Amino acid sequence: MASATLTSLRKPPAIVTRFGALALFLLGWEAASRAGWISAFIVPPPSEIYNSFEMLFVQEGLVDAFLRTFGEAFAAAGLGSVIGIAVGYLLHRSKLAGLAYTDWVAAMASAPLVLLYPLFLVVFGRNSATIVAMGVVGCLPPIILKTKEGLDGVKPVLLNVGRTYGLTPWRQFRMIQFPAALPTIFNGVRIGLLFAIINVVGVEYLIVFGGLGQMISDLGDRFEIAAMFGGIVFVILVSVCFFFITEKIETWLLSSK
Amino acid sequence: MTPALSIQNVAKTFSTAQGDVRALDHVSIDIRAGEFVSVIGPSGCGKSTLMNIVGGLVDDYEGEVHLDGALVRGCQKQIGVVFQEESTFPWRTAIDNVAFPMEAAGLPREARMARARELLELVGLNGFENRFPSELSGGMRQRIAIARTLAFQPRILLMDEPFAALDEQTRLLLGDKVLQIQQELNQTTLLITHNIAEAVQLSDRVLIMSFRPGRIKRVIDIDLPRPRSSKLMGGEKFGQYVAAIWEDLREEASKGLQDMERVRAGA
Ligand SMILES: Nc1ncnc2c1ncn2[C@@H]1O[C@H](COP(=O)(O)OP(=O)(O)OP(=O)(O)O)[C@@H](O)[C@H]1O
Ligand SMILES: [Mg+2]
Repeated sequence: MASATLTSLRKPPAIVTRFGALALFLLGWEAASRAGWISAFIVPPPSEIYNSFEMLFVQEGLVDAFLRTFGEAFAAAGLGSVIGIAVGYLLHRSKLAGLAYTDWVAAMASAPLVLLYPLFLVVFGRNSATIVAMGVVGCLPPIILKTKEGLDGVKPVLLNVGRTYGLTPWRQFRMIQFPAALPTIFNGVRIGLLFAIINVVGVEYLIVFGGLGQMISDLGDRFEIAAMFGGIVFVILVSVCFFFITEKIETWLLSSK
Repeated sequence: MTPALSIQNVAKTFSTAQGDVRALDHVSIDIRAGEFVSVIGPSGCGKSTLMNIVGGLVDDYEGEVHLDGALVRGCQKQIGVVFQEESTFPWRTAIDNVAFPMEAAGLPREARMARARELLELVGLNGFENRFPSELSGGMRQRIAIARTLAFQPRILLMDEPFAALDEQTRLLLGDKVLQIQQELNQTTLLITHNIAEAVQLSDRVLIMSFRPGRIKRVIDIDLPRPRSSKLMGGEKFGQYVAAIWEDLREEASKGLQDMERVRAGA
């Protein structure tokens, strides 16, 4: 008993360590700002950023901007899933296509695809279509790669079971390959969604149109520095929440198998 | 009378990086409708290969497979297969696994669930309907796979060591049940096994295969009265069959063992 309390004292739970470190960092930042070591005009102290949230909610329409941005990101991830899973299937199905394209797709996954935005601006104009299209571009590589990986890993004996019942290729996919690969595919969709959020906010910022990206851009132009950081902090917080929630869903999906 | 299943001069060579492996060498078997035939042989003699060929899962082989006198290639819906490897679908519950072939055939939900429940009961898994395979033991998973194949009532049943993952008691009881269904439905059955007693208990004929390349070395008719059950096992005649099969098999098995030792020494 006594030794258990001792060890728990020596080694606090991970979550305490994590948030403790964050709190310490924020306190240090606040102190440095108040002491004048950091110009509040360049980086405002955490307290000011915190206080700006009221203004963000009431005057700047943070909730609407959030719904718009995430609506677009989800639309992009949905569309990207349909396209990505289809392409992933083709790369799995055709050995030649798999050899020819898989490495290129992997390279795309690590490239800053957000820089392609002028191309889409020309094609679609300065509107939601461009933003969703950029989101799709962002989420495709991980979804394609994970779909191929998942389908490649399906146990041959499971496919043989389907073959003995004379399943057509489509039903073989729907009844065996897809569910067998689903945990891996979901992992790809999850990463894809995060990439889509990054691209959507990035393009909104760059073309100053709709959602959180535009809001942050506007605030910067009006020198509302604290509120601008508030917006950025908000995007980061929401992204982190998404990361953890979808991670929980993923482990739940895996454990029910 | 034309045999229900006829395997004619089937041979198969695998090409690997280490060279060609002759897995099967001109195997011919005729099986009457309703007959229960077992194939027994040392590990690696090509039993699974033979089953995959008959099941239509291997394309490039020599020889022919006939069903009721007609040449067939590829998978046939009248042939049901129980695989040697773990083959349950991990994302489906026990009952949904068993209902799978009926779902594929488009049977309405009510009907297939009722049938699946029946079959689960038959293999002693009532109460486990809604468990996922990961929550069950290896032997239970194999019973699900057996139930899944039986549920579809295939005219021809191929089983590749279906009882290998089971303990001795379950193996005997399940063998009795499979035999009972097989007799009721008059299913033509090809069973692959390692277990001599099991082969004698269930079969009309036992085929002994030689070590690589796999050939039919000897055929032993099991002339024991039906209906049979595992109670048969104490009998004198039963013991004689087991001894006779072991006599033949021992030579092949020791060849297999020597081969394994050679590989180990070479590696
Ligand atoms: N896909 C394959 N590629 C290359 N060689 C193979 C392949 N499948 C089987 N073999 C070889 O063919 C031979 C027969 O294999 P098979 O699986 O039919 O044996 P088995 O009699 O079923 O053995 P066991 O009783 O251990 O299941 C083995 O030597 C094996 O190495
Ligand atoms: Mg085998």
